[in-house]
Amino acid sequence: MDLELTDDQRLLKDSVNGLLTRRYPDVVKTRAEMAKEPGGYNATGWKEWAEQGLTAIPFAEDDGGLGQGPVEMALVGEAIGRTLALEPFLATVVLGGGAIRHAATADQRARLVPGIVSGDLTLALAHQEKQSRFDLFDVATTAKPDASGGYVLEGEKMVVLNGDSASKLIVSARTAGDRRAKDGIGLFLVDPKATGVSIRGYATQDGRRAADISLSSVKVAKDDVLGDPAKALAALERTADEAIAFLAAEAVGAMEVLHEATLEYAKTRKQFGVAIGSFQVIQHRLVDMFTALEQARSIAIYGSMMAGEDNATERRRAMHAVKVQIGRSGRLVGQDAIQLHGGIGMTSEYKAGHYFKRLTIIELSFGNTDHHLRELARMGGLIEASKPAA
Amino acid sequence: MDLRFSPEEVAFREEVRTFFQTQVPLSIRRKVIEGRELTKDDIVTSHKTLHKRGWATPGWAKEWGGTGWSPIEFYIFGEEMQMNGVPSPVGFNVTMHGPVLIQFGTEKQKKHHLPRIAACDDFWCQGFSEPGSGSDLASLKTTAVKQGDHYIVNGQKIWTTLAQYADWIFCLVRTDPGAAKKQLGISYLMIDMKTPGITTRPIITMDGGREVNEVFFDNVKVPVENLVGEEGRGWDCAKYLLGNERTGIARVGTSKMRVARIKELARIVPSGNGSLMDDPQFAEKVAMVEVELKALEMTQLRIISEDRKSGRRGKPNPASSILKIKGSELQQATTELLMEIAGPLALPYVNQDPDDIGHNEGPVGVDWALPTAPAYFNNRKVSIYGGTNEIQHNIIAKAVLGF
Repeated sequence: MDLELTDDQRLLKDSVNGLLTRRYPDVVKTRAEMAKEPGGYNATGWKEWAEQGLTAIPFAEDDGGLGQGPVEMALVGEAIGRTLALEPFLATVVLGGGAIRHAATADQRARLVPGIVSGDLTLALAHQEKQSRFDLFDVATTAKPDASGGYVLEGEKMVVLNGDSASKLIVSARTAGDRRAKDGIGLFLVDPKATGVSIRGYATQDGRRAADISLSSVKVAKDDVLGDPAKALAALERTADEAIAFLAAEAVGAMEVLHEATLEYAKTRKQFGVAIGSFQVIQHRLVDMFTALEQARSIAIYGSMMAGEDNATERRRAMHAVKVQIGRSGRLVGQDAIQLHGGIGMTSEYKAGHYFKRLTIIELSFGNTDHHLRELARMGGLIEASKPAA
Repeated sequence: MDLRFSPEEVAFREEVRTFFQTQVPLSIRRKVIEGRELTKDDIVTSHKTLHKRGWATPGWAKEWGGTGWSPIEFYIFGEEMQMNGVPSPVGFNVTMHGPVLIQFGTEKQKKHHLPRIAACDDFWCQGFSEPGSGSDLASLKTTAVKQGDHYIVNGQKIWTTLAQYADWIFCLVRTDPGAAKKQLGISYLMIDMKTPGITTRPIITMDGGREVNEVFFDNVKVPVENLVGEEGRGWDCAKYLLGNERTGIARVGTSKMRVARIKELARIVPSGNGSLMDDPQFAEKVAMVEVELKALEMTQLRIISEDRKSGRRGKPNPASSILKIKGSELQQATTELLMEIAGPLALPYVNQDPDDIGHNEGPVGVDWALPTAPAYFNNRKVSIYGGTNEIQHNIIAKAVLGF
């Protein structure tokens, strides 16, 4: 049992924090400028992420990556949370990269991973649909085999993160079974410029970008079918679990900033001739925020320890718990940060609202708190029942 | 970073667990698991069983019987103890008075008292709180006036846990009412409970339990050799004592044990066409507690991991300050859920006072359900004692947030 970072991990933490604080000297202003660029982020900046090796973290060394794990990914996540960085790390490395790591064949990985690592290939995982809500197996988009050994895709994908800028889409579609069947889901690599792909990009509430994507008779070549075209659910689940662990770390970073900012505000903002932090009611709210943050930090560590677990049931169980705690802590810290700032917290000019919005979006993504609590309860929770006395 | 325990740690856990399960009587452990009150004999038997194995005073300096365990071994030991329903060694002896004596006592005091404290040959209780001094402990009024080679103690202590079992009491008393600061006039005295002038009166708590007492001192003669540390510096002892307990205070193992019990019982209680555990609303309430508990367990492990690295000499991790608040909330949440499982079966009141046979009607109700309401009522105390959770908020605000 050792929850301390290794020296290498400390170096990574310092370097990723260094990069992002340098790139985002003023979170609100820098983001506003970058959001105007095509795709909603600065493409030159993304190259810097690649140069620092961040895009290589989770990929096997054999595939051209660094062969690191969820702890290193979490360090990036936390730095993103602290700076609200806009670069498509979640879409490309966590989600797209996850799908490739867990579903693609060795040949396909050899073809795709170097592009991700170099920063040239950006990805979007086009999985979510209008009706699917939080059920990863709910896929209505269809993939019908064609004569060439490839497939033809038909369907609609909603709120695809960075779907309007990715150089490749990874689309989930059903090759067999009913809409909610667990078998029969495949993953397909699609060129966004291919005939029949229509993309409507838009800004999201947290200042990032997403797209609705419609697929009409979109042809996919045989080589672009990622792994087994009927067995992708396990890969999607594993990718979602890794995303939850990653987002937990990101949320911790965002909560840290909100807590620091609120604490500083309480110590400097004067009303009735004194700092509002001299009032016990304010102090206790900040202690509650601190407690929620520390509990979130603890569960995020648990998440990064369990994200690499091969036993899918135990991994899932853990991620349910992670997402519940993160959701609850995030809501408390976010709402209290705005409340304790008062009017200034409501403005778009001040940073608190931006962090609060990001935390809110994290809560809504990859299963909200209620969803994961329900699923955890259904699985029987974390602790086994005791046995009756003999 | 690695959550797994080393083979040595796994073996240690196995050793500890086997000892608890085979050496501490099942009848005592069942009482803890089922939330029933322990007798003095239960507590002392369990303590002495651990003492024989050298495990009653693990945190003490080695020369006085400590084990020299690593933080992680302490953690494993505590968790197994709690999960297996083993009563903790008497805390007044082991985590409160013993360490104070080791730190501040004279050689003579140590030689005489420490072996008896360790073996629980003497049962100690704590005389800190007074009717007017709860959270504001330093305002205490019990006086000790030196007359020759004795102090004459007058005053009253309250909420004195298990004073009815105690052979000795360690007390904070005011030796200098004129001191510049109220903390400065306080001294730490050891008082034999058999000394003339001491009266103990039980306070029956709302659960019907007889756990706490009032202790009155009427011209009680205490030899000056029973002063611990310097006269007027008792506050140092008190601060040392209160700061001693770090990770154990969260009682994660106890809450884990109760969650396991909740699931065991909720499966035998019918609800609708299935069991209560099949009721999604109930199951989600349990799951919510488990999530918070997992986070708290990880908080505790973070602190231990850091302690190990810094050799326990580092600055305390700020996260340690949340253990009391979250730990007490979860202890209360688990006892609340246990009572909810019992539902109407929790209603029958069984008088637990052995002296009050007149009201004992004999077996009533469903056995497992009977202790659930008293345990719920009783556990409201955990957010009050050891510094209320509101005081804990003040402490964090000051020590961690810098207000």
